[in-house]
Amino acid sequence: MKVKSMAKNTSKAEKKGALSIKNVTKIYDPTGVNVMAVDDCSMEIAGGEVCMIVGPSGCGKTTLLNGIAGFHSITEGSIHLDGELLCGPGKPKADQSAERMVVFQHGALFPWKTLQENVAYGPSVQKALSPAQAMDKAGQMLAEAGLGNFLKKYPGEVSSGMARRAEIVRALINNPKVLLLDEPYRAMDALTKQIMHESLLETYDRTGVTIFFITHDLEEAIFLGDKVHIVTTRPCQLKKTVEVKIPRPRSYETQSSEKFRKLLAEVNDAVHEEAVKAFKAGERELA
Amino acid sequence: MNTSADSNKVAPEGFNLFLYRTKKKFSGPDPYLTIAGVFLWLFVYWVLCEGLQVWRFTKLPGPVAISKDWFSMTPFQGISIFTQEYYDHIYVSCQRILIAFGIATGLGVPLGLFMGWSRSIRDYIFPIIELLRPIPILAWVPLSILLLPGFEGPVIFLATLASFFVTTLNAMLGVDSIDEEYFRAAGCLGSSRWDIFKNVVVPGALPFIFTGLQISIGVAWFSLVAAEMVSGDLGLGYLIVDAYMNNVTVPMVIAMITLGFIGYFSSACVRALGDRLMAWHVKELAQQGR
Repeated sequence: MKVKSMAKNTSKAEKKGALSIKNVTKIYDPTGVNVMAVDDCSMEIAGGEVCMIVGPSGCGKTTLLNGIAGFHSITEGSIHLDGELLCGPGKPKADQSAERMVVFQHGALFPWKTLQENVAYGPSVQKALSPAQAMDKAGQMLAEAGLGNFLKKYPGEVSSGMARRAEIVRALINNPKVLLLDEPYRAMDALTKQIMHESLLETYDRTGVTIFFITHDLEEAIFLGDKVHIVTTRPCQLKKTVEVKIPRPRSYETQSSEKFRKLLAEVNDAVHEEAVKAFKAGERELA
Repeated sequence: MNTSADSNKVAPEGFNLFLYRTKKKFSGPDPYLTIAGVFLWLFVYWVLCEGLQVWRFTKLPGPVAISKDWFSMTPFQGISIFTQEYYDHIYVSCQRILIAFGIATGLGVPLGLFMGWSRSIRDYIFPIIELLRPIPILAWVPLSILLLPGFEGPVIFLATLASFFVTTLNAMLGVDSIDEEYFRAAGCLGSSRWDIFKNVVVPGALPFIFTGLQISIGVAWFSLVAAEMVSGDLGLGYLIVDAYMNNVTVPMVIAMITLGFIGYFSSACVRALGDRLMAWHVKELAQQGR
């Protein structure tokens, strides 16, 4: 109760969308053997912050994201959004809700709906807007994102970069408090990635939504983030937090600055150790 | 520059697109090979039956004998494109297929979708379906004659049964084939369970459903003819058996070829309907060069 009242008092001053992850543990037992994916992981994410999660493959980052989104339960610990309990003691699984929107690794625009129908889907099923109004707003928002000529195209007909951009629009039309991105630019070439980063930064500067972003790409992490949380290999724990004090708006030239290089080296040091551990663990499992 | 892409040229649509595709199709070897293939098979058939009169093949009517009767105003063996009887048989069979296919689709698609969508519905129904499915259609003949009155009932029942199993199973597998992330995305976006059914389950399963329907209409024809042979008064299957019993082989073969053509046409209709309903799927495949 105390937490809740505090949040109410401060919500006017602070931006919405503060995530508080406390001592979260997640244990899977698909084969009767317990696998600990996340172990006593805690992090605080302020409202309107871009928080980047970096760690080796298969370390449990996605598990953490799924817990926040409400796709599955957590075993121990609690997750609060703006002081309200999402999941925790007595409530293992968070309710899925449009205040926490996920952008998926492989892209999950419905292939049977046009870009415009995809974006209009959220507000119209939530009955926030009438279907016609939702379509209008979707068209407008897609046009703002530079997709005005592709409203009637199906996701299969446009490039992966455009599809991903449309997916972010589909999330933002619902005015979420938190945007959860799970390696959204993983399969893209470096040039497309650059354009996607600029468009995401532009979107962030406009909306100020809290961003929880999982990635393997260290340069991406520093370029986009306010904070880079480096997590350990499985089970996932917070290892180190690096603050990125590069002023916004940032442009691609930022990436060649001395400050950027230093931060990159710092993050790389922390991640490399974990990557080696993960690699060795993988070897043992196979041998 | 001839080789540069004409960026300001508008892509053809509708009838012009059809013309463009037809022209493109006939500029390659494929259609000519098809035509040559058909004539080759007809020629072999003719050589076996009429040209060389190979042993046992003499009992069969050759292509010349068949076409003489088929297109004759006064067919020697009773069936041609000018006799009312021929169309009666076709009409009756088609009508039965429409009813059987309609019932099988109307029941099978929703049942399959619900089975794919809800674990508990699947647990109730799937074992029974899997138990009944392997029973051959001909094994159902006595039961259906005992159970249903008249000629129509058993025949339609048998044709329905076979295609019902195919349709149900494919609709269910279609739901299974949908990526979990679409359900999660729909959940995130604030869908109710019913919204997810309408917007994810049904469209996501459509490609599988239509693959199933194409198989199912083939199976419907096949079991219809089997049923008409056993218990019928009219229809192409009945015509084949009746002709055989009366030792007139030309109508028998005419009925077989007719079945082939109608079956081909009915599958093409199902495919066309599928392409119409799944523009997104067709366009996606086209992007992959298929």
